Amino acid sequence: MSEGRRTERGSGWLGVYVIAYLVFLYLPVLLIPLFSFNNSIQAAFPLQGFTLQWYATLFGNSALTNALLNSLVIGAVAATGATLCGITVSYMDLYGSSPLAATISAIARLPILIPGVIVGISLLILINLIGLGPSRIAIVLGHILVALPTTVVIMRSRFAAIPKTIREAALDLGASDWTTFRRVMLPLSLPAIVSAFMLAFLISFDEFIVVFFLAGTEPTLPLYIWSQLRFPKSLPTVMALGTSILAVSFAIAAAAEILRHRGLSAPAPADPSQPKQTKRGELQWHSI
Amino acid sequence: MSAIVAASAQEARSSQGFRFAMLLPGALVTFLLILFALGLVIFLAFRGNDGSLLGAGFTMANFVTVVSDPLYWTVTLRSLVIAALVTLATVVTAYPVAYYLAFHAGRRRGLLLFLVTLPFWTSYLLRVFAWKIVLAYNGVLNSALIESGIWSEPTLAFLNTPAAVVVTLAHAYAPFAILPIYVALDTIPKSLIEAASDLGARPFTSFRRVVLPNSMPGVLAAALVVFVPTVGDYVTPALVGGPASTMIGTLIQAEFGKANDWPFGAALSVAVMLVILCVVLVARFADRRFGSRT
Repeated sequence: MSEGRRTERGSGWLGVYVIAYLVFLYLPVLLIPLFSFNNSIQAAFPLQGFTLQWYATLFGNSALTNALLNSLVIGAVAATGATLCGITVSYMDLYGSSPLAATISAIARLPILIPGVIVGISLLILINLIGLGPSRIAIVLGHILVALPTTVVIMRSRFAAIPKTIREAALDLGASDWTTFRRVMLPLSLPAIVSAFMLAFLISFDEFIVVFFLAGTEPTLPLYIWSQLRFPKSLPTVMALGTSILAVSFAIAAAAEILRHRGLSAPAPADPSQPKQTKRGELQWHSI
Repeated sequence: MSAIVAASAQEARSSQGFRFAMLLPGALVTFLLILFALGLVIFLAFRGNDGSLLGAGFTMANFVTVVSDPLYWTVTLRSLVIAALVTLATVVTAYPVAYYLAFHAGRRRGLLLFLVTLPFWTSYLLRVFAWKIVLAYNGVLNSALIESGIWSEPTLAFLNTPAAVVVTLAHAYAPFAILPIYVALDTIPKSLIEAASDLGARPFTSFRRVVLPNSMPGVLAAALVVFVPTVGDYVTPALVGGPASTMIGTLIQAEFGKANDWPFGAALSVAVMLVILCVVLVARFADRRFGSRT
């Protein structure tokens, strides 16, 4: 009896701790929207009153508009590439039964173990060697690489969650590899594909560490923010811009999370060769 | 008969084509963008700097400088200490959250998991920037302390210190640590924990002897995914660290930027990768020791 009460009380304290942790996680980030509406050039208390003037400075700023367009285009192209690679790499890893496919899948998840600065400089050397130079194409290549571990992990766990019998039935009924892939496996994993694309887009859209080395004359949005951080005067504009970016990121990430769990009613089969997965499909990001 | 043979030959060909097409994108990206690019870094590290892209002549001079100049020892050591502190802080603070998620969250689990993973997908630059406005001289923390009467003067002591770097990085990478630990805890068979309590283990004993050892693979994975990006970080030291918190990533970035000595920057990168390799090997060894379930 007392034992039960003690665990209950323990779990209550744990609940308080979790709330405190979430406050710590969100509070600094939420200061950005708070002060973006504050009628002062400094981010300091006491608040000086509500204003929308910093949001007005975002419009008609051609450098900002160009950076935004760059980020959108690069994000869309890089996310397409990363999702395509994520689909093919994880599908062949699971069903290709070839050591080459398994090796590719292992290397594709390697960027997690390389600091961003080294990914950046290695690509900088490569793009100069092949004559591309810092450019939007270079950024796209860099962002495909940065987003690849995420798309591979998402797609691999999704393909693994589709019962093996479905694919086998298609093959037994005479469908070719290509037809099975296109007509059976792809439609079944469509929510995960959309989710992988959205998260890859977000990764590219927010990425700074690698893009810093690869950008030529056309900066992306994070590079634009970085360039503005030097000027104390543009602090409120950066906060208004940051608030907009946070809002978009939250919305896309939320939609992607909802999609990723859609149609995943059956838990993954207990197969030791499959990635470890929980009931709701949370991913084991990295196993050493 | 021959029609069947022809058909199956055609099928085999199309199967070959399918495999080729499916392996191609991944092979291009992994072999060219990852392996070849990293190979270039290692190649460049052994070259002399003559201003050309791939340098000239083979030399060990870059590595000799890295090893013999005390500056690089200081900065590498500082990066390791900062990354170790950040890793320790994130993993220790994340563990109870992961534990709550795995065993006590109940109906709220889905929502809580969503809330702890959401910051993962927000801009890293903005998360660091948030700390800059918190810690600045005219910033949130100083003004809040003065407003509440705790302090009368703003202090410079927050920004531009190694402590600011540790706090900022620990906050920026906090969401990375929870998921691997949660997955490890959630996949512990409930029967193990029940068996421990049936055999008379008190809750703390059962935690210490059953839950904690079984979650170690997740803890080690969490430690790695936090340690690797933090040890090479250059953005946080630049924004909140000041000159006293230069990290090895800062130096690499400078060699490929202002200092413009790519071969030396490549040698520094190789040194960082070797350090990370050692850490991975130690983690892997520890994983074996703790009896990995993977």
